[in-house]
Amino acid sequence: MRNGSMIQPRFRVVRESWCTSCGRCIRECSFGVHTRDSRTNALKADSSKCVDCQRCVVFCPADALYIEENPNRMHPSAMWGEDTRNEIYRQAETGGVLLSSMGSPSGSVPRYFPRLLINASQVTNPSIDPLREPMETLTFIGRGPESIERDRDGKLRDNLPPHLEMKVPVMFAAMSYGAVSLSVHKALAMAAEELGTYWNTGEGGLHRDLYKYGKNTIVQVASGRFGVHADYLMAGAAVEIKIGQGAKPGIGGHLTGAKIKGDIARTRMVPEGIDAISPAPHHDIYSIEDLRQLVSMIKEATDYTKPVIVKVAAVHNIAPIASGIARSGADIIAIDGFRGGTGAAPVRIRDSAGIPLELALAAVDQRLRDEHIRSRVSIIASGSIQSSSDAAKAIALGADAVSIGTAALCALGCHLCAACHTGRCAWGIATQDEELEKRLDPEKGAERLCNLIRAWKREIEEIMGGMGINSIEALRGNRLALRGAGLTQKELDVLGIRHAGE
Amino acid sequence: MRRYDAAAMRPADLRKEIKRCGESVLEIVNCCGERYLGCGMRHTSLHITGTPGNALGAFLDGGTIIVDGNAQDATGDTMNSGVIAINGSAGDAAGYAMRGGKLYIHGNAGYRAGVNMKAYGGVSPTLIIGGRSGSFLGEYLAGGTIIVLGIGCPEHSQLTGFFCGNGMYNGRIYLRTTEIPTGFSPHLLQRRISREEKESDLRPVLTEFAAMFGENVNELLSGDFILIEPDPENRYKEMYAAI
Amino acid sequence: MRREGEIRIPSGCAISGIFARDGSAVNGRTIRTSIALMHERSNGLGGGFAGYGIYPQYKDYYAIHVFYDDLLAREECERYLERHFDIINLSKIPTRPSPMITDAPLIWRYFVTPLPHKLQDEHLDEEEYIARTVIKLNRTMKGCYVFSCGKNMGVFKAVGYPEDVADFYRLDEYEGYAWTAHGRYPTNTPGWWGGSHPFALLDLSVVHNGEISSYDANRRAVEMYGYSCNLLTDTEVITYILDYLTRKVRLTWEEAASVIAAPFWNTIALKGGDEGKRLAYLRHMFSEFLITGPFSILVGFNGGMMALNDRLKLRSLVAAEKGSKVYFASEESAIRIIEPEPERIWSPKGGECVIVQLDEGVTA
Repeated sequence: MRNGSMIQPRFRVVRESWCTSCGRCIRECSFGVHTRDSRTNALKADSSKCVDCQRCVVFCPADALYIEENPNRMHPSAMWGEDTRNEIYRQAETGGVLLSSMGSPSGSVPRYFPRLLINASQVTNPSIDPLREPMETLTFIGRGPESIERDRDGKLRDNLPPHLEMKVPVMFAAMSYGAVSLSVHKALAMAAEELGTYWNTGEGGLHRDLYKYGKNTIVQVASGRFGVHADYLMAGAAVEIKIGQGAKPGIGGHLTGAKIKGDIARTRMVPEGIDAISPAPHHDIYSIEDLRQLVSMIKEATDYTKPVIVKVAAVHNIAPIASGIARSGADIIAIDGFRGGTGAAPVRIRDSAGIPLELALAAVDQRLRDEHIRSRVSIIASGSIQSSSDAAKAIALGADAVSIGTAALCALGCHLCAACHTGRCAWGIATQDEELEKRLDPEKGAERLCNLIRAWKREIEEIMGGMGINSIEALRGNRLALRGAGLTQKELDVLGIRHAGE
Repeated sequence: MRRYDAAAMRPADLRKEIKRCGESVLEIVNCCGERYLGCGMRHTSLHITGTPGNALGAFLDGGTIIVDGNAQDATGDTMNSGVIAINGSAGDAAGYAMRGGKLYIHGNAGYRAGVNMKAYGGVSPTLIIGGRSGSFLGEYLAGGTIIVLGIGCPEHSQLTGFFCGNGMYNGRIYLRTTEIPTGFSPHLLQRRISREEKESDLRPVLTEFAAMFGENVNELLSGDFILIEPDPENRYKEMYAAI
Repeated sequence: MRREGEIRIPSGCAISGIFARDGSAVNGRTIRTSIALMHERSNGLGGGFAGYGIYPQYKDYYAIHVFYDDLLAREECERYLERHFDIINLSKIPTRPSPMITDAPLIWRYFVTPLPHKLQDEHLDEEEYIARTVIKLNRTMKGCYVFSCGKNMGVFKAVGYPEDVADFYRLDEYEGYAWTAHGRYPTNTPGWWGGSHPFALLDLSVVHNGEISSYDANRRAVEMYGYSCNLLTDTEVITYILDYLTRKVRLTWEEAASVIAAPFWNTIALKGGDEGKRLAYLRHMFSEFLITGPFSILVGFNGGMMALNDRLKLRSLVAAEKGSKVYFASEESAIRIIEPEPERIWSPKGGECVIVQLDEGVTA
């Protein structure tokens, strides 16, 4: 037994014979896996420390490393999986609530996007070549006025409330400074500005250096109210009230004191070394009319110049909840699905609470239409949007735009090892270690993000063009553009689509 | 001093007037339920009579709000600086998440006063409640000072409801009584403070409070105070097991 | 679009109440003024009132208020009523057309008394007979909905803001010793009048602010005792639980309050003594009726009114007194607007009920 634990290491680091012993892996690994034997000068690896972040593999100049799963297997049982048993061992050893990060890896809850198929034009109407023909992805999100107004001369009065303008219907999801490094925030902010879209501060405030990106920034107000003050509210293009997130519906946030130092403490406006806790609810919102109160408070404090987004996790009652939000004065509803990512979440909540984005989104869009209020609000969908086709399918289901968190982090080097909560991210993403953070160059990161979103934009244009659609709003809610494959009638009904072949 | 009759105006117009006025002193009379007065205000002084509505002085960032009357829910919500003085009682969730400035309530506060208050750098919020407070006083307290005086209450009486200071991990709560709150959390410490501490820590803030409401500061400082702080030896921790 | 009963609809709200202990007459416009002040707490998708002592000329008869979708439903329902009741008087409920209130159903009122032989046949007391008949009617008869069936009291509700609902029903033409009012903010709009509040059974009416998280545990429990939760709203289940506890189990109002807003076990332990034992007994005995999650409710009944918050007081509720009058509202200003100088104004603690009743000698 190692350190009194029955849990066997999950991974094995394997070194090939052609390793040159250059030692790069020692420098790259932030978990202390690789060491050099002082007597023999040979490199060795302590696999028990490995989180499979792939940093050493990617940076090995000789391609002499790979990581495999521990080939050991437990006594077979079809009922009791190895993960299940390891979790029990872990809890029996510690008495702790299981904690992990990133979105739910559970395979037992379906992902629907891969089972939705996109239409294309053949014969009856022409498809479009987006490279050479006009194609619009410019997206406006915000509240629609209830009716038109005319001035005395009969001219239409511009009574559009403040809205957000995006060159592409993809924005970056909320990730707080503290959960991610300042380099990540910088990269996101620069990329959002370059791309003409938005990034989101998350709940940890906005670093002073990033106020200059305000017009591409969404500032978030969560229950902890970290770094929230009048200037902060005015700094961004929109204010987001975070009620919940898909990875942990109903659960608050907890950034340990160890991560609250220097600029993070300054930005969150909390003392160094003291835990930063976001209570599970906003303690000034216990009912839907209280949400209206907070929306109005924020609008008053910002002189009605900023759209207000309300972000909620996709849960059973999401449709009526969204209806209440639409009637609260909020401009935009952000729905974060079951597979949304996080820096840390209780495993049992992450893997069992909430519902998949696709179902929630379809239900909300339909409910708002049934109530004739869909045009009053915009919808942002998030929670494991993995590709441009996911984005296009979400829009066809009824979203105005999507936001991406995990995909953006992958662009910055994230390998989904789910060790965010350790603060030792070898890719400089989920860390506050100065040396580790330097590994992420914000400018290079921004370039990679720009490349990703530009590629997605091109692909979305291809998808639209294939269907003969040349403007993104013609795709929004266009559910005939989708067909399901291998779905039950109930699933098709909730999604509001037909089966392939119908 | 400009004077507005809230009963004769639409609330939205009243709020616009307050914003328009900049650094002046306004008197607002006949308030009855008008919400969001002084929301995000920075410089103005408001003197309100009547019962202003919810979210009075939310996001307050300077200036002064004085109310002759009671305030409702979410007074001083997320306020950053400035002064709110209620010469009456306040509803629930007073001073939620306030980070700076002063919220003085001459009478009682409802449930969940001072929840999630926090301090940073040299800035620290102060919430003083003249009478009693409801349950959940200072829950999740992360900084700042809360004082409950129990003016008019019998000596040695309970000044708060249940769950006082639950989840608190920084900051201080002073109660002018010898009675430890019912169901006192094991994560907290409490002790009676010395005469010297009263003089150094409480006299300065209570002097301003007393002057505001015509109380005698020496009387307010008479009697015993208990101080509630988080127990550094027994923090909320080690509840997680990473996998 | 599915309506109440087909889908569960949580909602937030505003509530207000007036009670004159000396039985003096309060005009319906007073409660209108109070609830109108809290306009921001509703969203125009429901408003309603309950008045007590408003039908003195028919005080010994059950006042049945019914919504009909169409004439056919009315004819069918009236045949049903005639089979079960002696109808003393029937009429349309007077309304004042308003652009703010649209899609009104046919709204009728009947003053009735059970046919004596029916009562005998069924071996039921009068109230149980009325309750069962109304519950059955609402469950089975399409196109009609009984929304009020108490003696000397009546519910008036609609889809709209409460002040517009008051004008629509001409509440200024009614006087009673007690009123409750509700402004609704449902998180879903079926746009159905029956789904508005107050919800009432016999003379018991409930207005409610909040969303209870124990809903389905409570619903499945109360349905064991002959109730049928057709609307799937919080207010309905609270009304049935209170009816069950007070009318059938014969708990006092204080005891019923200690059941639905039972204190935490450690609070009960702190109380100790007889009070602790009483609370522990009630909590053990009626554990399925513990209601958790935010609620503030006003319960009207013949001769009295109860105000109650959930045990954590997650919704606001203010009470005030002046002379023989007692006031309750979600916001203090909603009391001040009708009584600027109350002698006493306070916020009842979570889980501690305030009960007011007519002075001795005063009859409802």
